[in-house]
Amino acid sequence: MGLLYGLIAVGLALIFGLMDVVNFAHGEFLMLAMYVTFFLFTFFAIDPLLSAPLAAAALFVLGAVVYLVIVRFAMRAKANVGMVQIFATFGLAIVMRGLAQLFFTADYRSVPNSWLGGKTVSVAGIFLPQPQLFGALVAIAAFGGLYLFINRTDFGRALEATREDPGAVALVGIDKNRVFALGWGLGAALVGLAGAIMASFFYIYPDVGASFALIAYVTVALGGFGSVFGAFAGGIIVGLVEATTALVLPPSLKSVGIYAVYLLVVFVRPRGLFGSM
Amino acid sequence: MDKSFTERRRRELLVAASLTVAAALVPLFIKNPNVQNIMILTLMFGALSQSWNILSGYCGQISLGHALYFGLGAYTTTLLFTKFGVPPWFGMLAGGAISALIAMALGYPCFRLGGHYFAIATIVIAEIGLLLIQNWEWAGAALGIEMPVRGDSWLKFQFARSKLPYFYFALALACIAWFVTWWLEDSKWGYWWRAVKDNPDAAQSLGVVVFDSKMGAAAVSAFLVAIGGSFYAMYVSYIDPGSVMGFQFSLLMALPAVLGGIGTLWGPLLGAIILIPLTELTRSYIGGSGRGVDLIVYGTLIVVIALARPEGLIGLFSRRKEASR
Amino acid sequence: MTALLETRGVWQRFGGLVANSDVSISVGRGEIVGLIGPNGAGKSTLFNLIAGVLPPTQGSIWFDGEDVTNLPAAERCQRGVGRTFQVVKSFETMTVIDNVIVGALVRNTVMREARRKAHEVLEFTGLAARADVLASDLVPAEKRRLEVARALATEPKLLLLDEVLTGLTPTEAQTGVALVRKVRDTGITVLMVEHVMEIVMPLVDRAIVLDLGKVLVEGKPKEVVRDPKVIKAYLGDRHAVGA
Repeated sequence: MGLLYGLIAVGLALIFGLMDVVNFAHGEFLMLAMYVTFFLFTFFAIDPLLSAPLAAAALFVLGAVVYLVIVRFAMRAKANVGMVQIFATFGLAIVMRGLAQLFFTADYRSVPNSWLGGKTVSVAGIFLPQPQLFGALVAIAAFGGLYLFINRTDFGRALEATREDPGAVALVGIDKNRVFALGWGLGAALVGLAGAIMASFFYIYPDVGASFALIAYVTVALGGFGSVFGAFAGGIIVGLVEATTALVLPPSLKSVGIYAVYLLVVFVRPRGLFGSM
Repeated sequence: MDKSFTERRRRELLVAASLTVAAALVPLFIKNPNVQNIMILTLMFGALSQSWNILSGYCGQISLGHALYFGLGAYTTTLLFTKFGVPPWFGMLAGGAISALIAMALGYPCFRLGGHYFAIATIVIAEIGLLLIQNWEWAGAALGIEMPVRGDSWLKFQFARSKLPYFYFALALACIAWFVTWWLEDSKWGYWWRAVKDNPDAAQSLGVVVFDSKMGAAAVSAFLVAIGGSFYAMYVSYIDPGSVMGFQFSLLMALPAVLGGIGTLWGPLLGAIILIPLTELTRSYIGGSGRGVDLIVYGTLIVVIALARPEGLIGLFSRRKEASR
Repeated sequence: MTALLETRGVWQRFGGLVANSDVSISVGRGEIVGLIGPNGAGKSTLFNLIAGVLPPTQGSIWFDGEDVTNLPAAERCQRGVGRTFQVVKSFETMTVIDNVIVGALVRNTVMREARRKAHEVLEFTGLAARADVLASDLVPAEKRRLEVARALATEPKLLLLDEVLTGLTPTEAQTGVALVRKVRDTGITVLMVEHVMEIVMPLVDRAIVLDLGKVLVEGKPKEVVRDPKVIKAYLGDRHAVGA
C-alpha cells in the first residue's frame, strides 16, 4: 500500500518540484483514472492490467491540457499568486467532481473479476492479495523508470534545468511552457497509473479522490516537497504508519496516525525529511 | 490633516450602518421562510468569511482548516447545553475562547511553515479534529447530537415558530465581524498583518513582530468563526461531525472572500451575497435532477474568478471609483 | 564618546564558506560611513548581521552601548536600527503612505500620530505626491526612495542603506546623494553599502573596504581610493600584473 501511496504522491511531487505549484486537483486526477479503467473494463473488457498504460496516456493529455488552460495563467497572476494557484486548482477539483457525479452518477462502482482480482499469492507463508502485490511491482517499476527518465534523457535534463532556473533555460532555447506542460502530463500520467491499479481493488465513486489526495499531500510533505525520492520514501512511511495504527486504534481512526506523524515531522523539519532546507 | 482618509473611514461606517438598517427591514416584507433561510445563511457565511479573511486575507496565512474552529464553536455550545444545561450565550463565548486558545496553540508550530505547507497543515489538523469527534462517543460520535427543544426562549435562544430572531442574530454577527475588521484595518494590527502578508522580511526590519502578528490574527479569526459555529448549532439544532467540521465548510468560509476580494473590507460580504443564494438556488432547482451541476457551476466560478480577477469582484467597484475621480 | 555601532571580532560561516572573518568595525555618531568592496566581499552578510537577520557564528555586535548580538531584527529596529534592502521589498499591495505607516508604528502607538509622522517623512523624502499610489505602481527609483522613507519613519539612530544608489540614472543618483546628506543633517548616523566607489566616495566621511570577508583598509575616502591594496582587490591581479 505504501508503494501505491508513493506512486500517487510522486506525480504531485514532480509538479511541485518543477514549478512550486501544488495541484489541489490531484485526487480528482486519480478518480478520473479509476473511472477510465472502470469503463475500459466494462465496455471493452480490457483488464486493468492492460488498461494501465491507456489510463496513464489519457491522464498525460489531461495534465498537459490543465497546465496550458489553467495553471499557465494562474502563474502569471500579479497579486496573490499563492492564493490564485490554490483556488484555481481547487475550483478545477470541484468541477471534476461535479462532472463525475453528473456523468458517472454517485454510485459506487468496482471492477469485478479482473485477471488478478481476488487471488492471493503466498510468499514465504504470508498470503498477499495479488492485485496489491502487482501494484507494488508496478510502483517500483514506475519509480525506476522515472529515475532513469529524469537522469538519462534529454527531456529529463530539460526538466531538471527548468526547475533550477526557468529564465536561463529560455535563453538556451527550451520553451518553458512546453517543459511545464510535459511535466504536468508526466505527473498526471503517474497518478493515472496508480488509479488504474487501484481500480481493481477499491470502490470507484466521484469523491474517491479526496481521501487519497490528502494522504498524497501528507506523503509529499513528509518526504519533502519536490523530491521524487522523498515521495517514494514518504509513501513507504505512510504505508507502515497506517498498518501500525490499524493494529492499535479502531479502523475509523487509522488516518489519525498518518496525520499525527506528518505533523510531527513537519514541525521538526518544515521542509520534510528529504527536502532541502 | 489627511481629511480624505478620515472622510473615507467615516463614509465606510455610514454605508455599513445604512446597509444594516436596510437589511433589518427586509424580513418585514419578505415572509417566505425559504427565502429567510437563505438570507440567514448568507449573513452567516458573510460573517464567517469575514473572520476567515482576517487571518488568510489580511495576514496572508491561507487556512483551509477553519472548519475546526467552526465545529469547536458548535460542539462547545451544544455539549454545554445538552450535558450541563449551560445557556448557549455562555457556550458561545466559551466556544470562542476555546477556539482562540487552540488556534494559538496550533499556530505556535504551524506558523513556522510557509505557503503551501501551511495550507496543507491546516487541512490535516482539521481532519484530525473531525476524526477525533467522529470517534468520541460522549459527544455523539459520527451520529452527532441534537439540541433538545425546550420551547421558545431568548435565554436558550430557541425559537420554533419564527426565523426572525435567528435572522437578527445573524445580522448582528455579520455587523460585528465587519466592524471588527473595519476597526482593525486602521490599527497597528491591521498594518502589521498586511506587511507580514506582503513581505515578512521587510516587516521585521520595520519592527513588526511577525510571529505575534500571525498569532493575533489567528486568535481573532478563530474566535469569530467559533461564534458563527455556535450560532449555526442553535439555528439548525442538530449537529454531526461531517456537517460542521467537514472540509467543505473550510472551503465555504474561504470562497466568499476569494470571490468578493481577499483581504478587503467588503469582499467577504459581497462574495457571500452572490455565492450563497446561488448555491442554494442551484441546489434546489437543478440539484435534484442532475446531481453535480451545482458543483460544476461552483467550481467554474472559482476557477474563473481566481484566474481572471484575483483581486476579487470588489475590484470592479474601486476601479470605477478611481476612473470617475 | 562611545561608538554608536561596533562589531567585535565577528565571524559568519555558511557551512564551509566563510563570509565574514574577524570583522571589527565601528561607526561613530553622526558619521556617514561607506562599506565597500568587490562582489562577494561579505558586505551584504555583514549588513545582515548588523540588522539582525541572523546572529553571527562568533563575535558580538554592540549598538548604542548595548550588546545586541542575539536580538532579532524587529527588536533592533525598536532600539534604533533602520535598514533598506538591496533588492527592494516594498509592501506591494499597500499604498505608499501605508507602507510608511508600518514603519511609523514603531514609535507611535496612536494611529493618528503614526499617520502624521508618515506624511512628514513622505514630505521629507519627496514622495508626498505619491502617497495614495500602490507601491507596486512606483517606478524603481521611487521604490528605492520608499525603502528609505519607511526606514526613516522608524526614527532610527542608525540608518543602514544597502546599495540605494546602485542602478539609478545619474540624475536620480544625485537626488539620492542629496537625500542621504539631508538625513545625516537631521542627526542620523548612516552606514551605506555600495559597490560602485565613484558614487559613494564624495559622500562619505569614512570608508571601510571589505575583501574576502575581512576588513582590508579603513580611512578617509581619498586615502582609501589610492591604497594599492584596494586597487588590487577591485581590479584583480590581472591589473596588478599589467601594471
